[in-house]
Amino acid sequence: MLRLSEAHRKAIAAHGEKAYPQEACGALLGTAKGEFKTVEATIEAANRFGDVEEFREKSGESQANRYVIPPEAIARIEREARERGLDVVGFYHSHPDHPARPSQYDQDHAWPWLSYVIVRVAAGRAEDLNSFVLSDDRAVFAAEFIE
Amino acid sequence: MPTQILIPAALRRFTQDQPAVEVEAATADEALKALTGRFPTLQQHLFQPDGKLRSFVNVFVNDEDIRHLQKGATTLKAGDTLSIVPSIAGGAR
Repeated sequence: MLRLSEAHRKAIAAHGEKAYPQEACGALLGTAKGEFKTVEATIEAANRFGDVEEFREKSGESQANRYVIPPEAIARIEREARERGLDVVGFYHSHPDHPARPSQYDQDHAWPWLSYVIVRVAAGRAEDLNSFVLSDDRAVFAAEFIE
Repeated sequence: MPTQILIPAALRRFTQDQPAVEVEAATADEALKALTGRFPTLQQHLFQPDGKLRSFVNVFVNDEDIRHLQKGATTLKAGDTLSIVPSIAGGAR
């Protein structure tokens, strides 16, 4: 279960609208007790899809339907989290003109336990927002309840 | 050489909730082998079945990605910290 305040939802939605028609992405910092996570801060990240060697653009792929936060950026985010006494409990990204549900690509690249928040941005306006968690065996990317 | 390995929150339940694990190792490869030796359930999340690091798993020694150093053969000095850092990616379609 994910506790995500209205303020943080609005911040994620605003980032998605600002990035439209490209995918926005960022990190969720917070605390966790077992599977129960509380988001205390969101950090916007630059979408570096196409810049990172392992994620070069193939036909049909662009920042409009792909996002990458490279490891150097993750390392900085992890450091900031530690300095603030928090953990990285998940990530968010937007789906421009696409449902707020994970794709197979999302699932293939997810890490277990982390909360993956997805916001649909349709014609520049943020709509529904959902969160998903990958099972340890990587077989299921299940919706999680947001409080 | 005693080396501290920082464990991301996503993997801590495989290290008995420890945020950092100290191992004895001379290289990055040795450190990861010591880590998975102590916590075998980490193996499948860090490595492919053929033993190579998963593509979205990155290893940093201090602030440098080992791919920009000597990869798994990167030597560790006293006081070095090894971090397991994910690449985070996804997309709508």
